[in-house]
Amino acid sequence: MSTTTLRKGGMDTSTVIVATMLGIFAILAVFIAGNATDRLMGIHATVFFAAVAAWLLGIGLWAGKLGDRDPFDQTKYEDTLVKFGIFTSMFWGIAGFLVGIVIALQLTWPNIFYFEQWGFTNFGRLRPLHTSAVIFAFGGNVLLATSFHVVQRTTRARLFGGMLPWFVFWGYQLFIVIAATGYLMGITQSKEYAEPEWYADLWLTVVWVAYLLVFLGTLWKRKEPHIYVANWFYLSFIVTIAMLHIVNNLSLPVSLGSSKSYQLFAGVQDALTQWWYGHNAVGFFLTTGFLAIMYYFIPKRVERPVYSYRLSIVHFWSLIFIYIWAGPHHLHYTALPQWAQTLGMTFSIMLWMPSWGGMINGVMTLSGAWDKLRTDPVVRMMIVSLAFYGMSTFEGPLMSVRAVNSLSHYTEWGIGHVHSGALGWVGFISFGALYCLTQWLWKRKSLYSVALVEWHFWLATIGIVFYMVSMWFAGITEGLMWRAYNEFGFLEYSFVETVEAKHISYIIRMAGGLLYFSGAAIMVYNLVRTAIGHERINQPASAPSVSSPPAAASLQPAE
Amino acid sequence: MGLMNNHGVLERHSLLLTIGILITVSIGGIIQMAPLFYMENTIEKVEGMRPYTPLELAGRNIYIREGCYVCHSQMVRPLRDEVERYGHYSLAAESMYDHPFQWGSKRTGPDLARVGGKYSDEWHLDHLIDPRALVPESIMPPYAFLAEKSLDYENIAQDLKALRMVGVDYTDEMIENAVIDLEAQVDPDIYFDEQDALVARYTEAAGREGTVQIRDFDRDPDRITEMDALIAYLQMTGTLVDFSTYEAEDLMNRR
Repeated sequence: MSTTTLRKGGMDTSTVIVATMLGIFAILAVFIAGNATDRLMGIHATVFFAAVAAWLLGIGLWAGKLGDRDPFDQTKYEDTLVKFGIFTSMFWGIAGFLVGIVIALQLTWPNIFYFEQWGFTNFGRLRPLHTSAVIFAFGGNVLLATSFHVVQRTTRARLFGGMLPWFVFWGYQLFIVIAATGYLMGITQSKEYAEPEWYADLWLTVVWVAYLLVFLGTLWKRKEPHIYVANWFYLSFIVTIAMLHIVNNLSLPVSLGSSKSYQLFAGVQDALTQWWYGHNAVGFFLTTGFLAIMYYFIPKRVERPVYSYRLSIVHFWSLIFIYIWAGPHHLHYTALPQWAQTLGMTFSIMLWMPSWGGMINGVMTLSGAWDKLRTDPVVRMMIVSLAFYGMSTFEGPLMSVRAVNSLSHYTEWGIGHVHSGALGWVGFISFGALYCLTQWLWKRKSLYSVALVEWHFWLATIGIVFYMVSMWFAGITEGLMWRAYNEFGFLEYSFVETVEAKHISYIIRMAGGLLYFSGAAIMVYNLVRTAIGHERINQPASAPSVSSPPAAASLQPAE
Repeated sequence: MGLMNNHGVLERHSLLLTIGILITVSIGGIIQMAPLFYMENTIEKVEGMRPYTPLELAGRNIYIREGCYVCHSQMVRPLRDEVERYGHYSLAAESMYDHPFQWGSKRTGPDLARVGGKYSDEWHLDHLIDPRALVPESIMPPYAFLAEKSLDYENIAQDLKALRMVGVDYTDEMIENAVIDLEAQVDPDIYFDEQDALVARYTEAAGREGTVQIRDFDRDPDRITEMDALIAYLQMTGTLVDFSTYEAEDLMNRR
């Protein structure tokens, strides 16, 4: 990153490193495309090559035009990347919610929403597309954008690595595209939330290591002696996801030219590995990552310090220690040895406490500023997200009790549970962060319309309630019907009767999804107009700034 | 509190913090997962389990490709209603050759761990082509295209080889004859001699008679379709283990 190399060709070391890496992967892609033993692998290798080639071309054109300018000026924060992240978050969010509505419609009216000749639109292929799009594409992009923002502001340092964070950002988008097109074409290793095949996994590993490097590198450059609490959470998210991803995806490709691989582990061992991964994808992707968002954006937005420093230490370490054990509660009454099930259940119940520690720390941060709940709908959204977090982290331990699980497992109750966490907690805290970031980074006095935030909040909240209640009802109904006996001692219901019984619940769930989606669409409209800089509506011109932007483009004392 | 004051050390050293996190999150996984790989009673001792025939394996790969696991579990729990509805509860041994496992997590449709032999081939064929023609209330997607798509199996030996490397007991003979074994299982009239060899190979691996089903599964004698493979797989599920050899009360099986 020396300025001398910059002056010469507009290329700095990090750009050269990234370009070289891309070049190597381009060559690999060509090799695999040439030796592909199945058609799908050929398509994917070609897509990958085209993307990387376009990327290299883009870097070349961009670097050529730089001239004497320093693109990675160390006296300024890297805000452009975060702005990109805001837009990709919105894009993938809308895409993921839409697919969710489509599959909800399929289960409600199968005669209308299945297409006999379009096998790729069947539920089995779209459901992984929906889960990956909302968790990894939407959630992942929110985490990338916010972590890049937060780590810079709390360390008073520009992102480490010059071009490297951009590699992380676009590399992650490429992973999403490969994974999503793979699901539609039928490329999957069938491990829930880890469906992408071996080559996509390898690519994600490279991107993730670069992400860790950028994050740690920025911490190393920090001008603050202490690492802020949000960064502990981001760090635990990045490190643990790396570990989970690598172990759960250990597999042997049939050949280098084949898109198919076989898992290293089988049966019961594979099952435990998968749910160790699966539950901790919830724990470390959807919880610690988003708690990091909570720890920065709530104090910042309400201009109050975090409620308790001591509580944040206690709940951080206990949360990450206990979460890892909870996986086997997905395998109650299965062929997994019972000692492992009991261990999983015990730790799941213990997990309740650190989870609520985080909720309390977040909500109580409002001490002395409770009026903001009424005046600032963005704050309300983030606090309600904590309420949903508290609710679903109470429901989770409850469902992990073996006796409860014997009823709830395999039913819609599980679907309702994850959605109260996903829509309520992850969704709302993300929306809150996106509202804050857009206003701050584009340096607006306020959002384009606060009234539209109110609309978003209420539509989405009502949508979640529709979703949760209908799935509780459906899940408990079918669970009870499966185990119902008639007076002669025979099973009372055939399986398909239990399917039929859920029809109305499915309609209500779909309506809930539609409400949630329309709220998100309103947010996108609002954020785009905020970013463009359109005037605020429905507010007196003299209104005070809703939240003072902490973010001047140049480095400031740590916030 | 002293401990709290010492936390400042971690807050000032990012590498110590990283290492601390890594150790903290490793403990649970190691204590929970590692014993499953060496404890002898993790997998029950029963007779009948054998590697999947090439046709069943191809069918299983279609099952995975179409995401059947998203709605169908393959894990009968030892609860009274489930055992009565689906059959004997599932054993760990029954998925010992499953790379990866297919236990599932949701029953939007019924459990399939023991669907083998419950319905006729014709039922499966008609049901997969148009589920609502047989079960009007069903919400399952139609899979008519499987009956029209020829099965791509020329590289199936590669799959067996890869599976052997991750621990499935395929013999050299099974791998060499993978393609012909696949054809023989679905086309008994043409591969008259080969079917005996196929049965012999997989019967020896299973240690008991009658685990290999040979017939034209999709009533389309002209070609081998993906439907053939999928139905062959479904008709095999849950039929391998000889439950007369399973002693639930045996100490080795009490887990």
